[in-house]
Amino acid sequence: MKILVIAEQRNGKWNNASFETLVAAQQIAEATSGTVSAAVIGKGVAALADELATKNVAEVLAVEHGLLENYTPDGYCTALKQVIESTKPDLVLFPHTYQVRDFAPKLAALLGKGMIGDCIGFRYEGAKLVFVRQMFQGKTAADVTFAGAAPWFASFQSGAFRADLLVAHPGGKAPVNAAGVELKPEDIRTKPLELFKEAKSAVDLTQAPLIVAIGRGIKAPENIAQAEALAKALGGEIAASRPICDEGWLPMERQIGSSGQTVAPKLYLALGISGAIQHVVGMKGSRTIVAVNKDQNAPIFEIADYGIVGDIFEVMPALTEELQKSKG
Amino acid sequence: MNIIVCVKQVPAKDAPLAIAGNWIKEADIGFELNEPDSYALEEALRLREKHGGEVIALSLGPERVKQTIKEALAKGADRGIHIADDNFAELDPLGAARVLAAAIGKEKYDLVLTGLQSDDHGFGQTGVLLAGLLNLPHATIIMQIDAQDGKLKLKRELEAGWFQWIECPLPAVLSIQSGINKVRYATLKGIMAAKKKEIAAITRESLGLTIEPTQKIERIYVPTKTKKTEFLTGTPKEAAAKLVEKLKFEARVI
Repeated sequence: MKILVIAEQRNGKWNNASFETLVAAQQIAEATSGTVSAAVIGKGVAALADELATKNVAEVLAVEHGLLENYTPDGYCTALKQVIESTKPDLVLFPHTYQVRDFAPKLAALLGKGMIGDCIGFRYEGAKLVFVRQMFQGKTAADVTFAGAAPWFASFQSGAFRADLLVAHPGGKAPVNAAGVELKPEDIRTKPLELFKEAKSAVDLTQAPLIVAIGRGIKAPENIAQAEALAKALGGEIAASRPICDEGWLPMERQIGSSGQTVAPKLYLALGISGAIQHVVGMKGSRTIVAVNKDQNAPIFEIADYGIVGDIFEVMPALTEELQKSKG
Repeated sequence: MNIIVCVKQVPAKDAPLAIAGNWIKEADIGFELNEPDSYALEEALRLREKHGGEVIALSLGPERVKQTIKEALAKGADRGIHIADDNFAELDPLGAARVLAAAIGKEKYDLVLTGLQSDDHGFGQTGVLLAGLLNLPHATIIMQIDAQDGKLKLKRELEAGWFQWIECPLPAVLSIQSGINKVRYATLKGIMAAKKKEIAAITRESLGLTIEPTQKIERIYVPTKTKKTEFLTGTPKEAAAKLVEKLKFEARVI
């Protein structure tokens, strides 16, 4: 199986999920006796292409064009369609980033193909590749296979594979080849303008060793005080899943998950958080995870070290009291 | 500005899911408007209030999805389109997008809005695929829309707290990020008014499409645990005391 990984960079900096996907590709190639190539897209990407070439890949494609300097879905789709048509991979893999979500399904559709997005793993069974992804907000997993002829398209969720398992090139360096693409300014219909961050956040949750996070289970803004009291007794920071910040109950800077902060504290205490994928990707690296939820089937318990099935409004004050007691 | 909003009906958030092959048992569970789509609907209503035009709520699925279209009409959408299809759960993202695109192609519109993803399949591809199939420019994960002089200025969310402004001509397809606005509730007046609004019913067959699947969900199952969770039981006070003990002496994190 011939696999092509589309690595992601912005302003000369890698999105590290690219390397996780490269690991997935190396593992699929091993299972299927296939080969892996990697492509990097942009303008002036020679140094990035050279870096990719130090990994165990058969070839690196440098997809360069002045109109690819800044990401646009039209530019990327037009360029990558040509690359795929000329190099004819069987399987095209992407990291499941916001950028990939923005263009990859369209790229596949331009070639009349489908994409299995947001996968967390694969199996090779009976000469068939099976992709595993989550459904129903992480409550279930699904085995998905491709129908019809290659090329096939799939993306892997951030954290699904470990980038430190990346195999280096055995001979030192793979060949880097330029993939010529034709693009006209009128192919690109949207115009990217400035990148910016919102007001600088006052708290840096990534540095907090102890985090108390609340989810939908908190029910109303007036109940947050109970969680804050618990955070105070613990000496930790308060954080939340996206719906809480969407409601404006806590500021956006306190949001953990794919669209917020990614944290890996010593202790992550999840209160009334069901454990949807978008939240879990932001905290699954925590050393110790405690979940309190009234639903014993909540997906958060799949990654929790300790769990309490119960009403958070009973558990929060009890825990606050115990913590205060233990600190004397 | 005429806006088509794609709304999906999904199992209610607290519905107990019983797996049946590659879908779920639909009997005995409630369904609701896919929450991410409620933000797209709200954004469509706000754009219409500012710029005029009409909002059309479009949904694909069995008879039950009419309820979701009615909810959209009660919140203020002008009319609905229901593409009746009892087997819609079998469609892959490209197949579903082709059906929606065929129905959208019959309408006059300036903008097509979708939510970010569905809370059931969660593929998150519909908006991007519609743009490809309708040959329109698009943008996703949108946190602000300013429409002026026939084009849009959009605030797009990137990862890790970054944003980007982009300009996009009309017509276009946008996928709306959850949290872009505060969604309204249907008023009693709105619910009454919705009874008089039109829901055009078409069947998937009438669109004359031949849909070849590009992917297949082989089975759905409860994921195997990767970590062993130690459950602490007893009264809340007992469980809390046990937890503090564990965190102090076993995990040694406090």
